[in-house]
Amino acid sequence: MSAAAPAAAPTAGLRVLERFRRHRLAMFGAVTIATLTLACFLGPFLLPFDDTYIDIMQRFAAPFGGAHILGTDELGRDMLARILMGGRVSLLVGFVAMAIGMAVGILVGAVAGYYGGLVGTALMRFVDAVLCFPAIFLLLALAALVEPGLTSITLLIAATAWMDVARIVEGQIRSLRERDFAVAAEVLGATDRYIILRELVPNAVAPIVVAATLNVARAILLESYVSFLGYGIQPPVPSWGNMLNNAQIYLTSAPWLAILPGIAITLAVTSFNFLGDGLRDALDPRMDGR
Amino acid sequence: MISYLVRRLGQAVLLLLIVSMVGFAILYLAPGGPLSQFAAGTDMSQEDLDRIAEQLGLNRPLPVQYAEWLLRMLTGDWGRSYRDGEPVLYVIGSHLGATLQLMLTATLLAIMIGCWIGILGAIRRYSIFDTLATVGAMVALSIPTFWFGLVAIYVFSVELEWLPSGNRETVGDGSLLDLLRHLILPASVLALVETAIWSRFMRSSMLDVVNQDYIRTARAKGLPEWQVLAGHAMRNAALPMITVVGLQLPTLLGGALVTETVFTWPGMGRLFLDSISYRDYPVVMGILMFSATMVLVGSLLADMLYAVADPRIRLG
Repeated sequence: MSAAAPAAAPTAGLRVLERFRRHRLAMFGAVTIATLTLACFLGPFLLPFDDTYIDIMQRFAAPFGGAHILGTDELGRDMLARILMGGRVSLLVGFVAMAIGMAVGILVGAVAGYYGGLVGTALMRFVDAVLCFPAIFLLLALAALVEPGLTSITLLIAATAWMDVARIVEGQIRSLRERDFAVAAEVLGATDRYIILRELVPNAVAPIVVAATLNVARAILLESYVSFLGYGIQPPVPSWGNMLNNAQIYLTSAPWLAILPGIAITLAVTSFNFLGDGLRDALDPRMDGR
Repeated sequence: MISYLVRRLGQAVLLLLIVSMVGFAILYLAPGGPLSQFAAGTDMSQEDLDRIAEQLGLNRPLPVQYAEWLLRMLTGDWGRSYRDGEPVLYVIGSHLGATLQLMLTATLLAIMIGCWIGILGAIRRYSIFDTLATVGAMVALSIPTFWFGLVAIYVFSVELEWLPSGNRETVGDGSLLDLLRHLILPASVLALVETAIWSRFMRSSMLDVVNQDYIRTARAKGLPEWQVLAGHAMRNAALPMITVVGLQLPTLLGGALVTETVFTWPGMGRLFLDSISYRDYPVVMGILMFSATMVLVGSLLADMLYAVADPRIRLG
């Protein structure tokens, strides 16, 4: 009695895949993300330099000029090693914060959309209220209250990034629950839990996947903002954001300290945005026949 | 029309109430709650703290405390800064001008540039220009604002030495030219993301309009294409843009905070960060509530203005 998700049928699935493959920007995004992830998680094992190794004789070595391909920072640490290790942290925070935010957003959205009424209205007005706070203001105010660290910053970013998902899921569930298959399941005596998790959410998977992809981009960006401002990931653990923390002081003498981590952030965030955009086009059945 | 405005206003008041509850909850999340100002730094005994809690009414039930806090907020008593004892609203007010100046300049830049990109993209849909604009907008939305600021400083201040790298004015030189020279870089940096947003909204609004019947009618009666576009399409496509002002306010405020930090711009964002590092909770809370209220009122005004400007909305 499980209603098939739109993408489950082999032909429909293949069409989605074909549309996605034709979306050049999305392919660029997917390949870049795969490459970045592999490089960040495997690359450090292949490098001759450790990201924490301080070589005071080699401070401020310029990129492309010696043993350190991307140069060294103010303590003589290898920039490439630090960018790869920082990437681990930034990507990890991005993915985990997205996952938690999605879980909360789907839960709130599904409950509000399915039950509606007073509960639904109250939940959605709460979503509206939290959305009134500019994300960075909210994030910084909360970050200043707790001990900074990997876990706390991931949770806080998730706490500021679940609302849009809740809105999307609420709208989807509200319209889906009136459809025949959902009504049929209800008549057959399925529990609310079963209907929400097995019937409704799988049918809303397309917009959820798109929102998830875009939320990774958002989370990476937010992490870089908070860490840059000093309230995120704390040194000596590198992240793309906190590597830029000191960079402003050395802008005149060692501009690569500022330029390189920023390129990494922009590349990662752009890739996720491209990917999300491509997925939106590929998963939209109306795009068939174009 | 009137009933729509009243209903919209009622929704906004309700939302403001929920916003205040969220804000109050965050205030209480602070380690030590509102008492932390006395607990931290000074060597007060537990008895002293208890006495202050009693005096401030912190030992009473939460709903009562919330009601009192809300009443104080409504009457303009937002507490005093821990740093200099000034009233929070006064402190915010003295930094608001710089932020508004930055935000307004950036928005004007973004509207002027972004709308043209959006209109041209919609007229020449799927052209090279349109594709480049679409990709460019997505990249612009992905660039961390602070990093873009750093690169801009490096290029225009450090290397080219054309523009100052920060602050609102040179001390001792209050001329208009000096103010403008300081404004150009931060306003442009803040305008980048805004331009991308405006161009996307303008493009889709324009695409909605050019497929309407009245555009076909205008063409069919033989109007020159530029008149169809300028007279009929653009005017109608520009109308929904009013609501974009409200929609992108949170992004704009967040961007302003980061831009102000990079360019040492003496605005509300800088004040917010300074207050966080001084653990000046009344000011932090004040700015948080102030920015949320600003977003709420901004989108309310935009919606109302749109309803007044577009006769089709009046039934809704």
